[in-house]
Amino acid sequence: MSAIDVVDQQQAPAGSRVRLGGFRGLSREAKIGAGILALLFLAGLLAPWIAPYGQNQINFTDIYSPPSLAHLMGTDGAGRDVFSRTLFALRLDLAIVVLVTYPPLVIGVFVGAVAGYFGGIFDATLARIVDVTIAMPFMVLVIAVIAIVGPGVKGILIGVPLVAWALYARLSRSEMLVLREQPFMLATVALGYTTRRTIVRHAVPNLMRSSLIYSTLDMVANLLLLSGLAYLGLGAQPPNAELGSIIADGQSAMLTAWWVSTLPGLVVVLFGVGALLLGDGLSDGKLRGTLQ
Amino acid sequence: MLSYLVRRVALAIVVLFGLLVATFFIIHLVPGDPVRIVLAGRASPATIARVRHQLALDRPLWTQFTLYVSNMVQGHFGTSFTLDSPVAQIIGQRLGVSAALIAYGMLLSLLIGVPLAIIAALRPNTWLDNSIRLGTTLTFALPGFWLGLMLALVFGLKLGWFPVAGYSGGIVGILQTLTLPALALGLALAGVVVRTLRSSLLEVLQSEHIEATRSRGMSELRVVGRHALRLSVMATATILSINIGFLIGGTVVLEQVFQLPGLGSLLVEAVEKRDYQLVQALTLLAGAAVVLASLATDVVQAFLDPRVKLSGR
Repeated sequence: MSAIDVVDQQQAPAGSRVRLGGFRGLSREAKIGAGILALLFLAGLLAPWIAPYGQNQINFTDIYSPPSLAHLMGTDGAGRDVFSRTLFALRLDLAIVVLVTYPPLVIGVFVGAVAGYFGGIFDATLARIVDVTIAMPFMVLVIAVIAIVGPGVKGILIGVPLVAWALYARLSRSEMLVLREQPFMLATVALGYTTRRTIVRHAVPNLMRSSLIYSTLDMVANLLLLSGLAYLGLGAQPPNAELGSIIADGQSAMLTAWWVSTLPGLVVVLFGVGALLLGDGLSDGKLRGTLQ
Repeated sequence: MLSYLVRRVALAIVVLFGLLVATFFIIHLVPGDPVRIVLAGRASPATIARVRHQLALDRPLWTQFTLYVSNMVQGHFGTSFTLDSPVAQIIGQRLGVSAALIAYGMLLSLLIGVPLAIIAALRPNTWLDNSIRLGTTLTFALPGFWLGLMLALVFGLKLGWFPVAGYSGGIVGILQTLTLPALALGLALAGVVVRTLRSSLLEVLQSEHIEATRSRGMSELRVVGRHALRLSVMATATILSINIGFLIGGTVVLEQVFQLPGLGSLLVEAVEKRDYQLVQALTLLAGAAVVLASLATDVVQAFLDPRVKLSGR
């Protein structure tokens, strides 16, 4: 066990261990990004405790009041507090984003690793399936799934992973082709490890790194997709709110109450900027020194 | 060359076949009886049986599939449940709006992206380059439909320069009704254009043959104009074709924002009314558009760029 650890550390390509350093090792860009994401995830997680009003607390005496200390993001056409609704929507949206990003990542990395390791018919078949999957316009495909199962979160939870795994499979397959020629991988054969142990314990951890970095981008794409679908009315159904459906609610009164559509949209943008900064910072290679 | 083209076309056919299989199952995966769901409460059992027969749903699955494939290949998309006219005809009426929106969006993304990429590549790692880079990061984070709403708020409602809903044809009509949605669509793509083009320009500008051109005393502007721009045409063509799926997805939402009568709003209507025939045809069409666009780019590129590896992957 200790022998192979030494081989691993000496021969693995620089910066390929997944242990993502410490926070201090990150570039300034990545730190800001991580900070923004942490703030938003925390806000979503704590929504039921920090929201000043209920998400569906209607107050017809106080409709379309502009942002103030009592209502940080103003109120909408039913007098509901937009800030509270945004917090609950963020909670729901981020939960869905995580659910449609990370399970497909794990599946994709494993499928790609196996295909890249063995090659042959399985690999060729997989490559075609990945081609078909990626060729689909993402949004149209998810809408087609929603057409089958009906509007709501269920369609998204089925539709997005149906496509999302393919990108990770392609990514880790191409990395596996390089990785399997590395001396430490050959050493696992010399040591008589089972193929399963070689792939699961020694290849996959190395393949995870680039997929994890890519996943920051994927989370942004998924949140944008979710918001778009919710805007179209195909996401979570009322009374549950998503960021996209709050924006849609505000559209009819944009001239008199700009805040209802504008501010929840800014939250989406903020999440995107945070995740992109983190991803950019991680892939810059500034992290490499701390990875080993 | 020929064998590359043959292989590339064969791949496209395989992918198209996969699309046919996937879309075929849309109607079969609906929980329960799709005909009953659509005609719920409005039809007698006899009518339901007739519609089932019309759609060939009473035949064995394999017969249905071969029938489906031969119909789709010939362009017989069937009849819409809800609009009561041939799907092909409905799509024909709406295709123009979406195509114009996508083309206009692409054009704007080039008009914005190419100059910015050249500026950034000529002055790498300066404040100018950095602010352009930050700007492109921001475009990736912007939800297209929200950006559309904000543009409509500022340039439509406040300033009154553009209408915020509806479509009219002709050059003037398109400029009036499609400028804001095309801008919302093209801005994210402009970000991709800037990023990709900047890095490939930087690579070329540091290459030896450009160094040789410089040492012969050619001005930097002419170096960029003559050599770098030729490259950028190729690079952007690839970017545009890779992102056609993204653009199609974007139009679906933006057509709703600006109430444009295109294929995207048709798709949303079809889903709401559970018009499975229409959903099937539109999904297939969108997928086919992506496959054919990438095939066309690869073929054109193979002819234009001698460096394209013709050995396949």
